[in-house]
Parts: sequence; structure tokens; C-alpha cells
Amino acid sequence: MNRSLTQPTNLALGLVLILLIALPFFAPNYYVQFASKAMLMGMLALSLNLVVGFGGLVSLCHAAFFGLAGYMLGFQSPESAGASLWLSLPVALLVVAAVAAVIGTLSLRTRGIYFIMVTLAFGEMLFYFFHDTKIGGGSDGLYIYFKPEIALFGQTLIDLDNSRSFYLLVLASLVMTAGLIRGLVNSPFGHALQAARDNERRALSLGFPVFRLRLMAFILSAMIAGLAGYFSAAQFGFVAPQMLGWHLSATVLVMVVLGGMSSILGPIVGAFALIGLEEVLKSAFEHWKLIKGLIIIALVFALPGGLQQLTRLVLPKSEGPHTGKDSDNQPVEADHAANLGSLSDPMTGLIQPPMTSANAKGLQHV
Amino acid sequence: MDAITIAVQLLNGVQYGLVLFLVASGLTLVFGILGVINLAHGAFYMLGAYLAWWIASYTGSFALALLGALSISFVLGLLLEEVFVKRMIGRDHLAQVLLSFGLILVIDEARQILFGKDVHSVTPPEWLNGSIQLTAILSYPVYRLALCLVCILLAALIFYVIQRTRLGMIIRAGAENRNMTRALGIPFDTVNRFVFAGGIALAALGGMLVAPISTVFPGMGDGMLILSFVVVVLGGIGSVTGAALGALMIGLTDTFGKVFFPQVSSILIYVLMAGVLLWRPNGLMGKAP
Repeated sequence: MNRSLTQPTNLALGLVLILLIALPFFAPNYYVQFASKAMLMGMLALSLNLVVGFGGLVSLCHAAFFGLAGYMLGFQSPESAGASLWLSLPVALLVVAAVAAVIGTLSLRTRGIYFIMVTLAFGEMLFYFFHDTKIGGGSDGLYIYFKPEIALFGQTLIDLDNSRSFYLLVLASLVMTAGLIRGLVNSPFGHALQAARDNERRALSLGFPVFRLRLMAFILSAMIAGLAGYFSAAQFGFVAPQMLGWHLSATVLVMVVLGGMSSILGPIVGAFALIGLEEVLKSAFEHWKLIKGLIIIALVFALPGGLQQLTRLVLPKSEGPHTGKDSDNQPVEADHAANLGSLSDPMTGLIQPPMTSANAKGLQHV
Repeated sequence: MDAITIAVQLLNGVQYGLVLFLVASGLTLVFGILGVINLAHGAFYMLGAYLAWWIASYTGSFALALLGALSISFVLGLLLEEVFVKRMIGRDHLAQVLLSFGLILVIDEARQILFGKDVHSVTPPEWLNGSIQLTAILSYPVYRLALCLVCILLAALIFYVIQRTRLGMIIRAGAENRNMTRALGIPFDTVNRFVFAGGIALAALGGMLVAPISTVFPGMGDGMLILSFVVVVLGGIGSVTGAALGALMIGLTDTFGKVFFPQVSSILIYVLMAGVLLWRPNGLMGKAP
């Protein structure tokens, strides 16, 4: 596993986890629900980062997978009872995986700007599909009157109507997905994925099936986004086309960058930070979106490494809440290196313009 | 379905495609020359329409509205290039995506503060407000015909500038090889600035010209952004000819899709895009990277 994960970080992570487990037992219900919502956004950001941070592919259609799974729960929920989670969750995830396989196969034929535009377009296709047709209630959306049931032999195991149980289930899912992604990133699969991000040509010439690796990462990440969407739909009891819209995809991208893309847990921190910030702005200003926009612009210029960069500025030697490879974690130096190294490719010795090199290098040092 | 109806739909499709071309050509030029992805392109389309409505409602003159809105958008484009976009050149696409997303939020909210979120309509000038009688029951609005004409003239102008002038030569050279062009001593930063402002102005102009035949509403930019993206993906990044081809394909597909397959019309253009991606992943006119 990861050797850079030092003792104090482990301790801090453990403390945070204990606090999160304890939260529903002392915090008011409003905060428990708010934290559930933030954790689901964290799960969505986590899934997106597998593609963006470790795959170097800027996808703008993850909200579509998120919303699609929500709609799948809606379709499977009867009017008068909850759907069985054992059946409805796998069905939702399989549908998302199938759609992601088609979208991924088509979009991964393209690179760079094209990939961004194509994923955005396919994501919006799903948005308009639910917006324009009557299948999911059109622009009005769909109500889910009863939360999914988790039962065994007629015995309810976890009652999702209880916001505390719901919170704990979401927390458990989040911890499991984070563990899954951490395992993936540190596996041979993850290493190959990152190799393809850093230098596609080299990875190809070393014999890595780059397309298949990326497609697998894309589908997996879509399924995790779907898991978050499923729970999100269950939490609010309502799905609407806006859940699939690209504004959500872009917002989640902001969370990923804010939290730091080179780490596994960073996106979760980013999600909490952005959602918390939105909540504060909403209560303080009428035109809070203007301020949100300005903050995003400031983030791009002043803090391209996200909050991690901030902690590094304040405490030069401190370990942020990240578990990623530390050698890749210095955006400022990495930027210089990219500028210097971008003119020639070490493998071929060919001089190439910085743009193509930036594409091939991926986005590790935003 | 008789010949006249098909002819009317054909005209509608071409007119739609021409407007799409106007907006998408600005987008593809900014991609091709600055190498910057601008998600806020649709927001300027929306802003152009609101500016035109706002000026028209004060002055009562459509011509003044066009002139005023166009100048404001162009100056706004110059300013944005100077303050933000210039610093985005050569940075990775993720930073560009986030910057333009931030810009969308700011522009949307500024529009909310300045003009509100109501739906408006703009009246075309008196002499364009009539209809041409085609048959006893069918007529075609003069404004739509005039719109086609203006778009064709503008398209011709764009092609002329790019293919026949020194500026166009620099633009083409820049799209081909940015560093080499700069190394040859071309004042590329100035060219960049005017290309970006020009692209923004084209998007805004699209919004203004469409305002009289559709309505002016807050969400109009989002739909246009996606459509322009599909056009650029179809045509190939940086290719104005590709944008023209893609825009006409989308315009006709969408218009005839609504007539013949109303159930699935909103999906059709994406099916078209998927087909082109399978066949030519870099677009019809695009070069392999």
C-alpha cells in the first residue's frame, strides 16, 4: 500500500472517521441530512476524479450517470411501497454501466478538447431525453414516494426513512468506494492508467491497452457516480432532469480541483468545502451565484492546486488530507517542469508544440 | 406532405443552420487559434439577445440595438481576453473549463441583476415584419429570409477574411502552428485578442439576430452552447468550412427530425454526432492531432 501515508495522517483520518460516525448521534437532524448530501456529492467527485485525476480525461457527463441512476430508482419504485434495494440498485448500476460503455466507446476515440465537448454533448443528450420525453415525467421530474427497502426474508435490516441510518449507510458506502478507488489506483490497472495519462504514446509502445484501460475506468467511475445518484434520489424522494445537467458536472469538477486531483480523498474534502460554501453564500447573498463564479475564477488563477496547495503554503511540511503520491503533488514545480520539458519528448526526442504535449501529459498539475 | 411544405421546412433548416454557423464559427476559431475551450460561448449568445432587447426597448430601433449590442459584446470580449483568457493560453483544458464555467455563472447572474429573468420578445423593423404568401394558406416571414441573407453575407465575409486577407493568413498560420507563427515575429497576442473578441461578437450577433423569431430567455445560451459543440465536433476544430458543413447538417437534421420523427427528434443530432465520431473521430474537416 501507500508508504507516504505517514502515521499522523492515519491518526487524523481515523479521528475524522470517528467524528463522522458519531455525528448523527449528537448533531441535529438538519445537519445529518446536510452531511448525507455532502457525502453523496463527495462520492460523485471521487468517481469523477478516477477519470479526471488519474485518467487525465476531463469528462463533463458524470452528472448524467448520477441522474440516470436516480431515474432508474424512480422507474423501479412502485407507487405504494419502496423498491427492494437488492434488485433496484444492481439494475440501476447495470443500466448506467451499459450507457457509459456506449458513451465511453464513442468519446474515448477523441482526445483533449474533443473529449470534453463530446462527453458534454452526450451528457446533454441524456438530459434532453428525460426533459423532452414523457418517460420520466418530462421537465417536472418524478417523485419517489417511498425509500428503497433493505430487507432479508421479510425482515427490514436498515430503515432508510430514519435519517441516521441513511447517513450511516451513505458513510459506509463512501468509505467503501474510497477504499475501492484507492485499491484501484495503487493496482497495476491504476498504474497503467496513470502511465497513459502521463504519456499516452509511451504507454502504448509499452504495450498497455490504453483504450480498454480508459474505458474500464470510465465505466467504473460512471457506476460509482450512479451509486451516488441512486442514494441521492432516495434521499430527496425526487428526480428531475436538472440532476443530469452539465452544470452539475462542472460543479463537481470544481469540487475535484478544489480538493486536489492528485489525491484520493481530496475530492471529498472539495465537495464538503464547496457545498458548505454554497450554503453560507446562499444564506448571506441574494446573488450568491455571482460570488460562486468569482470564487471559481479565483481558484483557477490563484490556487490551481486546490486547498492542498493552500495547506502547503501555510505549513510547508504538513501532510494534507491526501493519500496520493507525494512526488506528483507539487503543482508549482510540476508546472515549471512541464514548461521546460514540454518542448521535447524524452522518448522520441521530437520537438513538439506545448499544447500537444500538455494533452499527452494529462492534467496532473492543475 | 406536399412540395411547398418541404420547401418551407428546407428553408427553416437552412436558416437554422446558418445561425448555428455564425455562433459555431466563432467557437471553432477561438479553439483553433487560441487553443482555448470556451464554455461561456453560449452565455454570450444569450447576453447578445438580452442586450438587443434592452437597447431596442429603449430606442425602439432594431438597427441601433444590433449596433449597440454588437459593440458592447466586442468590447467585453477584448476586456475578457486581456484580463482572463490571455492567461489561459497554453494552460490545460481543465483550467479553461473551470474558468469559463465561472464566467457563465457571473454572466448569468449579472444578466439577472441587470435585466431580470423574464422572457422577452423583440420586434423586427417595420419593413421586415411582413410575410410572403406562398400558397393560399402558407406564408413565409420576410424576416427569416432577410436573416438567411445576412447570415450568408456574414459567412462570405468570414471566408473572405480568412482565405484572402493578410489577417486571415495570420489566423490560418496560427491555427496551423502557434509557436512558429510567433517565432516569425507576427504580433500574435493582438491577433488572439481580436479573434477572441470577434468570436464573442459572432455568438452575441447570433443571439441578436434570432431574438425577433424566437424569444429571449435565460436558458437560451445553454442549448446553443451544446449545439455549437456538436457542430464543431462534426466539422473539426479550427475549420470554418467544417463548421459551415456541420451547422447545415445539424440545422437540416433537427428541422426534418421534428417533422418526421417528433418522438426522437431531440436525440437525432447526437446520433448524427455518434456516427461521425465512429467514422472520423477528428471531425469531417479535422486533421489528425
